[in-house]
Amino acid sequence: MMDNKMICTEQFENYVEGGEVKGFAFLGRLPYYRGLGLSMVEDIQVSVDGEKIAREDVRFSVRGKTYTLDEMETVYDDRWNFGEKARIIALKPGGLAPGNHRIEFAVRMRVSYLPFVPTTKDAKELALAA
Amino acid sequence: MGTIKRGVSLYSYQNETFQGKMSLEDCIRTSAELGANGIEIIGEQTFWGWPEVGVEDAKIDEWHQLIAKYDCVPVSHDFMLDYKRYKGREMPFEEQVASVRKDIDFGARLGMKYIRALVSIAPEVLVAAAPYAEEKGIKILIEVHAPLHFDHPWIIRHAEAFEKSGSDALGFLPDMGMFLHAYPPVMVEKFKRLGVPANIADYIVKAYEDRMLSEYVILNVQQMGGAGPSIAMAEVIRHNSAFEPKRMLDYMPRIHNIHGKFYQMYADYVEPSIPYDKIVDVLKQGGYDGYICSEYEGNRWIEDAEEPDSVEQVRRQQVMLAQLIGEPTPTALAA
Repeated sequence: MMDNKMICTEQFENYVEGGEVKGFAFLGRLPYYRGLGLSMVEDIQVSVDGEKIAREDVRFSVRGKTYTLDEMETVYDDRWNFGEKARIIALKPGGLAPGNHRIEFAVRMRVSYLPFVPTTKDAKELALAA
Repeated sequence: MGTIKRGVSLYSYQNETFQGKMSLEDCIRTSAELGANGIEIIGEQTFWGWPEVGVEDAKIDEWHQLIAKYDCVPVSHDFMLDYKRYKGREMPFEEQVASVRKDIDFGARLGMKYIRALVSIAPEVLVAAAPYAEEKGIKILIEVHAPLHFDHPWIIRHAEAFEKSGSDALGFLPDMGMFLHAYPPVMVEKFKRLGVPANIADYIVKAYEDRMLSEYVILNVQQMGGAGPSIAMAEVIRHNSAFEPKRMLDYMPRIHNIHGKFYQMYADYVEPSIPYDKIVDVLKQGGYDGYICSEYEGNRWIEDAEEPDSVEQVRRQQVMLAQLIGEPTPTALAA
């Protein structure tokens, strides 16, 4: 559900911290008909041009708050809201070169009423401005 | 005795609201224009922040203003109760009950008569929350949804617990998807796009029509050489069935809201997979005078191929419902 709407095409950019390019970032949405408390987002997988970003190098950011995936597991007072565009940050020293990159994005959710743990994926070719 | 009333679950417009193409006002106005003045929501879809963060009064005030502006009626707040909030351990019983009480409060703030409980929630949790629901003038309705149905032991257990509690704040909200009398064409087409060969798709559609046991269909599809998507298409029959609408009759005193689930409405106002004519007949026979709220769920089956037009789909279903209920067709419903 909403698989093809997970990766947003705007604001795909290198991630800069302290004047240094430390990775890249894009906007992602939760593929679900409601939002979810962060503790139930079990995993976020990102890869760029076929290269998988390690779990510990992924950050999730909404409304000015940034979390590691491990931190999110015990966050009970914040949500990834329905349709909300979260900033997904992938740490990768030096970031990406300008031009097109293939981004793959997958989210694994723990949904109380489902008898399975779904992982939903999207992949898009995004253009990084020079 | 009143007549059956028409409403919309704003779940129906999820493709548009997710993308910010329809606001809450658009959803309510659109429904009202179709003569569907009952509004049902999934609290945490419509209101960002619910339940973990909370919702400010300004948002609730806006809701009430919109409901008044378009002369609508708040029907149900569908809550989720995430009892798997904590990794590796289920939420303790008392905390689950407290969570339901919180949703009762939220439903009351929104002026709802009902809150919807998901079918996986244990009856003891709802029974424990019932006195508070009574106090707040809210009924908690468990959604009877495929693969469950009114003869399933889990639902019977709920029914028995509700009777034993003596509370009239506990009831049922049947989802019409449990009366799936034909394999939905939108699902057939999706599976074909995923690579299911035509002969296997035809076989599954026919086997469903013949009411064959799902396990036999899955085995036969395997033996026909079906793999991956073909097996998935056969497995759909495991969790969907053509149960009998008349099974609702035994439970009418506790049925207070209905999910008008549909996968596709043809231009001639027919839902090809769910027998709404039979359903509405049964509801009339049972003296049902609550809402049937449209619940469009075809979006997820077509979105890979085309942009869903949820409003047109809901409009067609509302025309069908108005006709079956016996209302004169409101002008605004005309194409």
